[in-house]
Amino acid sequence: MSGFGGFLLRRAVGTVITLLAVSVIVYVVFYATPGNVAQITCGPRCSPEQVHQVAERLRLDDPLSVRYWHFLQGLFVGQDFSTGTSVEHCAAPCLGESYQTGRQVLDIILGKLPVSLSLVVGAMVLWLLLGVGTGVLSAWRRGRISERALTAVTLAGTATPVFVIGLVLMIVVCGELQLLPFPQYVNFTDDPEQWAWNLLLPWLSLALIEAATFARLTRSAMLETLAEDHVRTFRAYGVGERAIVVRHALRGAFAPVIALNANNVGSAIGGAVLAETLFGLPGIGQELVHAVAVVDLPVVVGMVLVISFFVVLANAVADVLYAVADRRVVLA
Amino acid sequence: MSEALVTVEAAGTGSTVPAASGARLFWRLRAQRAALVAAAVVALLVLIALAAPLLTAVEGQDPTTYHPSLIDSARGGVPVGSFGGIGADHWLGVEPQTGRDLFARLVYGARVSLGVALAATVIQVVVGVVVGVAAALGSQWVDQLLSRITDVIVAMPLMIMSLALLAIVPASFPRPVLVTLVIGLVAWGSIAKIVRAQTLSTKGLDYVSAARLSGWRTWQIARRELLPGLAAPVITYAALLVPMNISVESALSFLGVGVKPPTPSWGQMLTAADVWYQAAPQYLLLPAGALFVTVLSLTVLGDGVRTALDPRAASRLRVGTGRKDPAANARADVGQTAGSADVTKKKEASA
Repeated sequence: MSGFGGFLLRRAVGTVITLLAVSVIVYVVFYATPGNVAQITCGPRCSPEQVHQVAERLRLDDPLSVRYWHFLQGLFVGQDFSTGTSVEHCAAPCLGESYQTGRQVLDIILGKLPVSLSLVVGAMVLWLLLGVGTGVLSAWRRGRISERALTAVTLAGTATPVFVIGLVLMIVVCGELQLLPFPQYVNFTDDPEQWAWNLLLPWLSLALIEAATFARLTRSAMLETLAEDHVRTFRAYGVGERAIVVRHALRGAFAPVIALNANNVGSAIGGAVLAETLFGLPGIGQELVHAVAVVDLPVVVGMVLVISFFVVLANAVADVLYAVADRRVVLA
Repeated sequence: MSEALVTVEAAGTGSTVPAASGARLFWRLRAQRAALVAAAVVALLVLIALAAPLLTAVEGQDPTTYHPSLIDSARGGVPVGSFGGIGADHWLGVEPQTGRDLFARLVYGARVSLGVALAATVIQVVVGVVVGVAAALGSQWVDQLLSRITDVIVAMPLMIMSLALLAIVPASFPRPVLVTLVIGLVAWGSIAKIVRAQTLSTKGLDYVSAARLSGWRTWQIARRELLPGLAAPVITYAALLVPMNISVESALSFLGVGVKPPTPSWGQMLTAADVWYQAAPQYLLLPAGALFVTVLSLTVLGDGVRTALDPRAASRLRVGTGRKDPAANARADVGQTAGSADVTKKKEASA
């Protein structure tokens, strides 16, 4: 068990280092760009006084390393800003404040988080069910017509951009057939049933594409296991096909599915941006698109940091789950 | 299918490190019917993109002229005439609200989609190969630094980073070039990882040691001895990057931060299409269909290229489609598949 503890510790340290590296790269990319950083940060609508104020706040006269240090300080212990007339405190994970609205970036993100979490987590459940199910089915029925059809469908699925599927779904289901109303976000705590019905289409449009990837992965992992010698031995002993597929081949697909799922968190968040914009859901993605459109840099940088944080964390969690699923990883 | 498989397996016994000579790639691709069809479709699309000015000249239209007389402003900007204004003058009708010619915008949109995707792929390949080779051949310190940066680049979500980067560049910068640069500079991590791994495994081989012992400089070894061996994996992966880049460009343009009007792009055409689908269904269906066909054929072609360059991957699974997942998750895929392959090896070692 000490081996597992050591593995956890190594993974934790690695994750922290990666997160720090992410913060360095994000900082350098956005706050050390050539050109008038204060003007870019403040956005095109800022007055010269505001730009001057931003330049002071960003301490543009200090060397880059000092500025990054202050930025880190803001993240870990908070920061005090002087706004000229008063001093404003920005608490511990300080991501700065929007120069367009004056609100703190962290508040903006926290306010939008429930919508985006509902979207991504729900879609994830759906794509795991759909994807792994389809993969199992297609590995089971390999070589038959239904298997060919499933392969074709999953291929078409991987080739369709999220917003195309979403558009078509919305027009067919809400517009033509009128099976569902056009999605409108309802808080889970207010009405769980309406929450689910309204998120069904966004979930589907995110999940169908990812499910296709999972179907292909599950299928190939299972086919690989089914081709192994021990499975042939089971068959020779007369173990039923259903038991072989469910109990042995599916187990072989388990670890790769966990790994791929973590890696897909990033692309799912990217897809969520599209789904939120398309369906008009007030989540982080929609806010990010807005912030990019009006060039609200503190909001953009804060969101990139938070999203990267989630993605790195998801990868770390997946690594640990992977190790739990297959303890031999720990020994390496 | 079985015919193709036999050919592929027969070809696979020939070489362990698949060579990427153009002729051999062509012959192996010929064995796969789906890949051939996809290649033909891609060739057609490229032809359409190249001939866009010619095609629109034949039609007698251009992609940017407004035709206020062809839209019914009383009904909110719906095109005049049936089926969205389709006729001899406007082969596919006109855009709602502006009256711009849809056919012209569609074929010019092909230029943007394919041009941005291909140019971004070139950037990704160049940066990835340079970083990967430098990491593999450089000192341990250089390797650590470059590998860390690569890890972070791979960890950052492509869509989010591209979106964010588009915010800090002045609006005067030409948009298609900007989108190309952003996509190209954000998504080179996977290529760098593959190239580093491949270079590390080849640099210990005898012929490379021989070159080093005979006094070649590092860059000479890299260019003459290592790069040829990198061609197969890099081409394979680049073929999967192209459809992914098309998806990302269209998504950014759809969100209104990528290619902006008046330059047409398929993703951007879809931004407002849902409002008009009843009056002018082709305004939605044409760009959506074009995107679907393009990404699908490029994905199938990419799959075919991989099977052609690494026949063992396909024959191992006995049935066609191969192991890795194309386009949609290409960037995430590499690290992962490499990871699971490692695990398989460890399993074998411990068994």
